[in-house]
Amino acid sequence: MRILHLIALCLTLGGIAGTALADPAPRRVVSINLCTDQLAMMLADPGQLVSVSDLATDPHSSAMAEAARAYPVNHGRAEEVYLLDPDLVLAGAYTARATVEMLRGVGIEVVQFAPANSLDDTRDRLAKMARVLGQEARGTALIAAFDARLEALSRTGANRPRAAIYHPNGYTLGSGTLSDDILQAAGFLNLAREMGLQGGGTVPLERLVMAAPDLLISGTPLPGASRSEAVLEHPALETLRATRAGLRITSPSWICGTPHALDAVDRLVQTRQRMTEVRE
Amino acid sequence: MSRLALVLLAVVAALFIASLTVGPADTGVLADLGALLFGGDGPLPMVMREIRLPRALLGVMIGASLGLAGAAMQGYLRNPLAEPGLIGVSGSAALGAVLAIHTGLAAASALALPLAALAGAGTGVLLVLLLAGPRGASITLILAGIAISSLAAALTSLVLNLSPNPYAASEIVFWMMGSLADRSMTHVWLALPLMVLGWLALATLGRGLDALTLGEDAAAAMGIRLRALRLTLVFGTACVVGAATAVAGAIGFVGLVVPHLLRPLTGAQPSRLLWASALGGAAMVLAADLATRLILPERDLKLGVLTALVGAPLFLHLIYKTRADMA
Repeated sequence: MRILHLIALCLTLGGIAGTALADPAPRRVVSINLCTDQLAMMLADPGQLVSVSDLATDPHSSAMAEAARAYPVNHGRAEEVYLLDPDLVLAGAYTARATVEMLRGVGIEVVQFAPANSLDDTRDRLAKMARVLGQEARGTALIAAFDARLEALSRTGANRPRAAIYHPNGYTLGSGTLSDDILQAAGFLNLAREMGLQGGGTVPLERLVMAAPDLLISGTPLPGASRSEAVLEHPALETLRATRAGLRITSPSWICGTPHALDAVDRLVQTRQRMTEVRE
Repeated sequence: MSRLALVLLAVVAALFIASLTVGPADTGVLADLGALLFGGDGPLPMVMREIRLPRALLGVMIGASLGLAGAAMQGYLRNPLAEPGLIGVSGSAALGAVLAIHTGLAAASALALPLAALAGAGTGVLLVLLLAGPRGASITLILAGIAISSLAAALTSLVLNLSPNPYAASEIVFWMMGSLADRSMTHVWLALPLMVLGWLALATLGRGLDALTLGEDAAAAMGIRLRALRLTLVFGTACVVGAATAVAGAIGFVGLVVPHLLRPLTGAQPSRLLWASALGGAAMVLAADLATRLILPERDLKLGVLTALVGAPLFLHLIYKTRADMA
């Protein structure tokens, strides 16, 4: 026990000395969260980001899976992160709390990012990441591009069709979520918001069928079978799909508040245009 | 006897109609039933025919199956603690179903899912009967049941944890506790043929089980072929429990509670207890499923949770009563 204490003390002192001497821009950054992975990959200098989380390379979760393959991956465990000798760790606000506490305990600086619940939040996270990495110029450019693309996309018409997101187990997203904001920006009304849902939650299949949304959005099937996804093939949903517009989405661009969220807006805008053409 | 049948039928019918008319889409009872029977415009006929009808039908079918299987096993083993969920038959069936789904067999052929669950349930019953012996002494029965259900549950979790699908692991609770949420007519047709086979098999057991109450020698003297009786029991139980578990997960305690409550009303005669338990089981599962929709409608409360809340205290009571025999 005593030896462990001693080691912890040394590490803490070393950590403090390290922070005191470090110049403003961190040089060895490790990210352990899918969303901070992507923000950091966009903003960091070559060599500045030394590792991203394993999820970043998973094409079913990450919008930058290809880019992430260039980095060594970590699994968000305190031990392996410590051995990477980072001067800054990027983490999510709600995940891996034990890891974050432990890393801080040994004197490593950890910056946490809350999940983005809107496109506005996304702009804010971009600015924060740019500041933390000391890449303000790159950040300003990225935000300007983000704003320009969003502006170009959100010239919505008067017609606002009702869209419902229906994920496995009937999971959907209501007001105060990034998905809701993506729908709004693309000119759709979110059915879950109409039903008064705040945050994520489930919508019973029969309420969905009764509400008969104009567009039904569900995820593309993931590898391997599951009962949760089998519900998406329910005959009642198949009938709904036959009479309504349907959109199969892949989640990467919907999960994180990054400029890739605009890819989701873009696809929705195209879908809306097609729906309007069909009607006319 | 006929009065008991009428009362049970009336209860099942009332619960069936309640099951059809209770749901998150708040529409009138008459509108619901009208849409179910006569169709019409709008989404309501779809909700009634594709969502609520299969749920109510499965409630009846699964409840009847579990009640019947419980009564038959208790009659054969002459032990009130024998119940498909508790002694691991449902758990083994769930393992079979999970294996069929996650090896891709279920996607390749529609029959693979119920047949795999049947094989799992059959293995479970056979193991229990072999381990517990023909007299079904409580202690060996319970111990065999614990071993088989723990092993089946562990292997089910293992298969689901190894699945590449991120949703699979969260479905462990479905397979252990059972649910009728979002089932469709497809599931009704998947389960029905096997269940009918099992019902027919178990229904023939009445005379043999009655004779068995006098002891094995007396039953043999009355011309009952015990080997055939046992095979029919294994086959029938595997069919009904396998089919029920394949579509709705493992639902425990139904086969324990229902025969226990109805035994005094049937004069403790196994042949009468069989059909009474089938009706009683249907009523219990319908009622439990209604409760999941009324208590926490947005949470998909599992059926097995409710049946266990009713069943476990009764099970403890039965163990308390039979502990002298178990010591």
